[in-house]
Order: sequence, then structure tokens, then C-alpha cells
Amino acid sequence: MTDPVIIAGGGANIASLQFALERLGQHAELSADPARIARATHVILPGVGAAADGMARLTAAGLDRLLPALRQPVLGICLGMQLLFEASDEGDVRCLGILPGRARRFAATVGPVPHMGWSRLWPLGPHPLLEGIGNDDWAYFVHSYALGPGPATIATGDYGGPFSAVVSCGNFHGTQFHPERSAATGARLLANFLGLSGWS
Amino acid sequence: MRFRDHRVAGDILELAARYRDEGADELVFYDISASPAGRRVERDWVERVARLLDIPFCVAGGIRSVADAEAVLGAGAEKISVNSPALERPALIDELARRFGTQCVVVGIDSLAAPAGWRVHQYTGDPAQSRAAGRDTLAWVREVQQRGAGEIVLNCMDADGVRDGYDVRQLAAVRALCDVPLVASGGAGKLPHFAQVFREAGVDAALAASVFHSGAIRIPELKRWLLVQDIEVRP
Repeated sequence: MTDPVIIAGGGANIASLQFALERLGQHAELSADPARIARATHVILPGVGAAADGMARLTAAGLDRLLPALRQPVLGICLGMQLLFEASDEGDVRCLGILPGRARRFAATVGPVPHMGWSRLWPLGPHPLLEGIGNDDWAYFVHSYALGPGPATIATGDYGGPFSAVVSCGNFHGTQFHPERSAATGARLLANFLGLSGWS
Repeated sequence: MRFRDHRVAGDILELAARYRDEGADELVFYDISASPAGRRVERDWVERVARLLDIPFCVAGGIRSVADAEAVLGAGAEKISVNSPALERPALIDELARRFGTQCVVVGIDSLAAPAGWRVHQYTGDPAQSRAAGRDTLAWVREVQQRGAGEIVLNCMDADGVRDGYDVRQLAAVRALCDVPLVASGGAGKLPHFAQVFREAGVDAALAASVFHSGAIRIPELKRWLLVQDIEVRP
């Protein structure tokens, strides 16, 4: 049985994420309890807001130690994806350190910051998380910080240059965009994620 | 979508689903009688919309405090838009941006041509109360950005409802000093109006209501047409 848990801890997009999973016929419990999260088949780390606040909340709940040790599929969304990396320039904060890289702020010269709106996805190759998603697919982004392309990048976005739009390494995955607000493309990615089992 | 009371909630859901299926990129819900009546947006319809929509949506009207915004965002809206309440108390913008981040905070500006430049109007949801807010539009555009607006929707009242095209001159003037996403509103009547406002005013998005509600322009047709014009849009 698929039993996803969404990590609770603020962030206004949690309701829309739950509704998106419900549209896929999947109930997802909300929890910040390490024992409950450890039992989930899939773990989703959402996040809207500042990196330092997000890390402080995870640390307060003891999740900064639990998350890197999880073996089931984990999906970080937006700030949740950035927190999977080593650090963020936003508040100069150390993050979970699961993936290599540092989130950096978009230069004001690339365009309005935050980068907000629909952008095209550029998958770098086939991947189970990207099944059914191609170059003609767009996703909805809202972010001021981004990760440059790195070893975990499986799809890029473009805002004054390429950045990591989807990342994956072992059982840890992330989307810089909001799948819950990215129409059919986002629904497909969430369905793909729920279809993953453990290491991929 | 503009609406005045909760009687039409069923219609809201039906329209929301229609626009979702037609490929709208974002929806804005204006509870236009909320501010003039001192009424607040209620949250039950927001949640019903959030369950239905898989695209971002923004709720405007009657958001006067952090608590009002929290209820709407917690129910699943992506953004909240403030207009008259921000004119009454500009610090509201700072408070909302601090609490939720600038990306959630849209400032709507209703603007009318004046002998010199453009002037901001408020309470435009009720013709009996609509009045000049005593502010210059360009100065207000600067101020709201400093206070934390993450997006500006500029509704050009001279063009609104006339379907004769967006107010490209005013939008271009605002664009020149607007570093956050700028959404054009008011005046869409024909397909070329959309291409014109993207090309000549450099806006990030174009909002329209009546041409879509009436079916005069269908969203898939509009997007195909923009692609042919070499304006990149989500297909």
C-alpha cells in the first residue's frame, strides 16, 4: 500500500499539495513526527518561505537527522528541494547536505526576481521520475534562489541560464517547481514519484 | 472572475474547471464587493476551488490583515491580492510580505488617466464608492515594490470594458520602473491586443475576463495564435 506522508512545518502550499495527491486518488497524512515519517512509503518535504526558517523547523522536530537516513523515496518541493542540498545563500544556512551544491540567488539582471510563473522543462535524459514528461512540458515556478546544474540534475529550467528544475540521486528527489500547481505535467510527476519504490 | 456574492459559488467552480481545461495559466478571483462593503473573503469557496484547480490562483478582495491572508493561503490559494486595503494602510503590504514572502503578495492597482500622468483609484468594485485615492500611479508602483509587493496587476480603468486594447502607453511607463512581474489588465478585446501588450509594454502576463467569459476569445485559440506570432506561451 502506498502511504505517503507530507512533512508538516508551515508553508502555505500544503493544502494544495494534499489536494493534488487526492486528485490522484492518494490520501497523504501530514506529520512532523519522526516515527510516523520513518514508517511512510513515500516522504514529501514541501516548503515555502526562507531556507533558515525551514531548516530551523526541521531541526526542532529532529528531522535534520532523520531525513538523510531515510531509505524510501523522498521528494523535496521548491524550498524543500533546496534543503536537500548542502547550503543556501538565503540566510547563509547549512542545509541537509544530502546532495552536493549550494542554492544561490538569481542575479537581478536575469529578470524579475522571484522567478515566478510557467517555464519550460528540459529533461536531460530518461528517468522514471520524468516518464511521460518531455521538452514541450511546462511547470510553475516561484523562487528567488536556485541550484545550478549538478550531478543530481535530471531536468533543467532556464532563467537567464540553466538551473536545476528536477534532481534525483538514489532515493532522494526534488522539484524546484510546484507539481501541485503545474497542471497535467505536475500531476504526472507526482504520480511517477508515488510509483517509485526505494532506490531507483 | 469577478463576483459579488456567494450565490454564484457554483458558477465559480464551473468556470474555474472550464478555464483549467482550456489551458489558462493562472486564475484570479475578485470578490469585488468585499472591500467597499467592509466584508471579508470567506474561505469555504477558496478550498473548493483549490481542490479543483491544478494551476495557480490568486484571491483578491477583502484581505485586510495577515489573518485574512493566512486563511485564504491556508485553504490552498497561491497568492493574495490587495488593493483598497493597501491604500488605506500601506503597511499591510510589508506585513504580508514579511509573513508569507513577497511571492505571495500581489498588489492590484486601479489606475485612471489624469491631466498629468495617471492616478490611483480605490473601492472600484462599487460604482457609488469608487473614488480617487489621492496617489500618483507611478509613485504608488514604486512604493508598493519597496514595501514587498511580489507582483503588480495594473488595471487600466480607461481601457477596462472597452475591449479596444490594453493601455500600452501606461503599462510601458509602469514597466520601466517595475522590477517585479507585471500583469496587464483591462482592455482585451481581440487576439492582436495580447500580442501587442507583450511586445510593446513588455508585461509578464496579460489578464482578461469578459472576452473569456463571453466566449469571444477561447484560450486554446489565443495560445495557438500567440505561438504563431513567436510569443512563447505554455501550449
